[in-house]
Amino acid sequence: MSKIATQIKDTATSVRTKIQRRSKPTLSFPLRTLSNVKYHPKQGFLQLKGKKKVRTLTVSTVKTFAQTLRMMSQAKTLVEDDEIMTKREAYYVSKNWQDARFDEQPESDTVIDDIEALFQVNREQLGFIPEEKGGEVAGKLIVIDRDSDTGKQLRIDCTKFGSGAYSIPISIEHLKFETKARFVLAIETAGMFQRLVKHNYWRKANCILISMGGVPTRACRRFIRRLADELKLPVYAFVDCDPYGMFNIYRTLKVGSGNAAHINRYFCVPNATFLGVTPQDIVDYKLPTHPLKEVDIKRAKDAIKNDPFVQHYKPWQDSIRQLLEMGVRAEQQAFAVHDLNYVIEHYLPEKLAAPKKFLP
Amino acid sequence: MPSGPIPTYDEGAEPMGKARKKSVKPTLSKVEVSKTKTARKVKKKKRDVRKKAEPKLAKATKDVAEKSDETPAEETPAKKDVPRHSTAEDMASRQREISVAEFFTKNRHLLGFDNPRKALLTTIKEGVDNSLDACEEAGILPEVKVVITPGKEEDRFIVTIEDNGPGILKKQIPRIFAKLLYGSKFHRLKMSRGQQGIGISAAGMYGQLTTGKPISIISKTSRNKPAHHYELEIDTKRNEPRIIVDENVDWPVQRGTKVEIELEAKFQKGRQSVEEYLEQTAIANPHVLLHFVTPDGETKTYNRASQELPVETKEIKPHPYGVELGVLIKMLHDTKARTLQSFLHSEFSRVSNQVARTICEKAKVSERSRPTRIARQEADNLFKAINQTKIMNPRTDCLSPIGEELILAGLKKQIEADFYTSVTRPPSVYRGNPFQIEAGLAYGGSLPAEGLARVLRYANRVPLLYQQSACAMTRSVLNTAWRNYALSQSAGALPSGPLVIIVHMASVWVPFTSESKEAVAHYPEIIKEVRLALQECGRRLAVFVRRRRKAAESQRKKDYIQQYIPHIAIALREMLELSERQETTIVKQLTDLLERSHS
Repeated sequence: MSKIATQIKDTATSVRTKIQRRSKPTLSFPLRTLSNVKYHPKQGFLQLKGKKKVRTLTVSTVKTFAQTLRMMSQAKTLVEDDEIMTKREAYYVSKNWQDARFDEQPESDTVIDDIEALFQVNREQLGFIPEEKGGEVAGKLIVIDRDSDTGKQLRIDCTKFGSGAYSIPISIEHLKFETKARFVLAIETAGMFQRLVKHNYWRKANCILISMGGVPTRACRRFIRRLADELKLPVYAFVDCDPYGMFNIYRTLKVGSGNAAHINRYFCVPNATFLGVTPQDIVDYKLPTHPLKEVDIKRAKDAIKNDPFVQHYKPWQDSIRQLLEMGVRAEQQAFAVHDLNYVIEHYLPEKLAAPKKFLP
Repeated sequence: MPSGPIPTYDEGAEPMGKARKKSVKPTLSKVEVSKTKTARKVKKKKRDVRKKAEPKLAKATKDVAEKSDETPAEETPAKKDVPRHSTAEDMASRQREISVAEFFTKNRHLLGFDNPRKALLTTIKEGVDNSLDACEEAGILPEVKVVITPGKEEDRFIVTIEDNGPGILKKQIPRIFAKLLYGSKFHRLKMSRGQQGIGISAAGMYGQLTTGKPISIISKTSRNKPAHHYELEIDTKRNEPRIIVDENVDWPVQRGTKVEIELEAKFQKGRQSVEEYLEQTAIANPHVLLHFVTPDGETKTYNRASQELPVETKEIKPHPYGVELGVLIKMLHDTKARTLQSFLHSEFSRVSNQVARTICEKAKVSERSRPTRIARQEADNLFKAINQTKIMNPRTDCLSPIGEELILAGLKKQIEADFYTSVTRPPSVYRGNPFQIEAGLAYGGSLPAEGLARVLRYANRVPLLYQQSACAMTRSVLNTAWRNYALSQSAGALPSGPLVIIVHMASVWVPFTSESKEAVAHYPEIIKEVRLALQECGRRLAVFVRRRRKAAESQRKKDYIQQYIPHIAIALREMLELSERQETTIVKQLTDLLERSHS
């Protein structure tokens, strides 16, 4: 029996023992919020501080308690049968549970996340996989995969997708890599990625381009992490200049998130640095801007106040304050104001000339 | 000017006094107002003199002015002003022409005939009230039948009210039904539905005014005597009955009275409808059997919930505290007592000889002086002295409350609810008038769970349907903190929930805010008594509501637990590969565990 199946069985036994002793069974979960994480640059990711949420079986928690246990049982079956199930499928399977079924998928997702945190594993290890797409890759990288029917090795050359790109699979632990690139450029928007691919920027700059498509998925983060660890490549992030790009996208890529703190150790890229767009770039490149929205301002202030990562880096605090003072934000595609390929011909080369100046 | 109707008119002036002053005043000159006031203050003999002398106005005015303490300053300039002099003369003659009946035609709203819809209700209400009063006084269990038939013309209805009462003597019928302010109830202090002798004749007159049809009455006093049939009109100028038909007819009942009025009206259902009035009457009068036939021919019966008549009420003498100066003067002048002391002792309740002497001393008037010779100033002193003397509260055995049991019976009969309660307060006194408050609640059941509570107000067992917000009873309901009694209530509003609140005031004289008897005046004593009654009801309701909520809560908890516990057991069985028996054990153990817990 696998380690996880044993863990699940142990937990179930402890619940049953408590019931037999006529006391209320409990399940304790690590608290999954930013307030329960700390940042150590040496480890390089946000990790749990150890605050726990104890869910005791009472009248008001009986429904969630029942759902959690049933989902745990589901996970055990998946692990034992070496089967997988998407989060959406898990939601549909729950429809068999009569009164204990989930009405909406977010409810079942939360329960899956709870179980994941309970056992300190990632949900893929429990057999639950996400729907989400992993991100796209183009450039000087050869991905070595296996044909699922024949088991034969497949060498995928990411330079050979033309105007398309290689799509990161949901599970990437079995992949191997070969590359001669100098660095990885992680890009926020598919639009910018398309422009760089179209002009074969990876050839010019000798790099690997990855489109994250907003907040990078776990698979995308894991993929970049392995490139960084195993190929010793520096990772530069190129995102919009707004609090969302800085903290939701870049911070999650680099150190993980509060919500998934129990698995950040696998899903972070501690050596990533922030190429741009920085608030200073807005000034230096005279970029057209939009005023900061209220939600942006709130997110920025919240980052200064609560985000352990931001609290650790003075340059970040300075940048946020600068942004708040300017009261504006700029998108990475704003360089088009000067010339469509300005970003290729001027901005990126100028920035890449001095990677030491990137924000941490 | 015929002298006949005048005394009647003066009698009538008492209850109408306030209303008449209020609405007629603006059209009259000061001269005339002062005359109206003095007319009641001077002795009858003097007044007769003045009336004969009226054409010689200057002299008459002077005569009055001498007697009056407030007129001279106003009279003198009037005398110099020639055109105004003649105006005053005109008006003086016009004043004589205002009869109560005429006054009413102009001010029908004061009596509850504001609009066709309300007129229908008021007509039925007056008829039914009279029937019930008569039956109860005669010791007969009332059975009343109300029929509304559509008239030949649109907007016209024929209302028939028939009772099994004692009947009315033939010679009395014309005056009772076709003369305003004629009746037995005004001159006595006794708890009854009618108070003023104005209602049914006003209804008849309304019918006459709107349709031109006379009021029709059939009455029979015993099985052996024939029934009389009258058709009557009111001579509105003279406030006298005019007989159209007077005949003996065959009426196959033992005894009773049947009144038929055709009037312009509007028949509606819902709030403030005839049906609501009858339903509420049935609640507060569980001894009454009511039949109702709607214009569509639908018949409704409100059955008896009690076979017992209410305890007969006793008539009492007025209490000194409740007497106004004008009334005191009139009583002094009308009394047969020879000395002031015996007047006070015999005409009022709770005045012993000792108390009478104290009053006389305080007023600095000899206790042996003749009451009829008491001057105005002395009467004034006497009035003040009465209010400075401590006098025992009036007897309260003159009241006949519905009683807690019968309120419950009435409520249960008409309202389907889960909880009923009622409270009868001990009697209390306002302004020298004894009164007694009763309250009741019906909660839950078929009552609508949403919306505000319904308040049913009663005065001497008569439902009050209009002017809810102007009534002292409503004020008390609003001022009661219903939130203390497990109900929700927004600030300044009625409580909300499936609730009917009934409040009944029994009194020898219910202080209505107007002649149409719709709202009770705001006497602090009344407001307080209602509040106390409601609070007691509220406390009982709270016990019920809280107990029920608790039961519902624990049931809900139980259901909720039982919904999910099996799933915990299923999950554990799956994970631990347990047997079905073990699964059942887990369910049992968990159920025990959670039902014992409080959260």
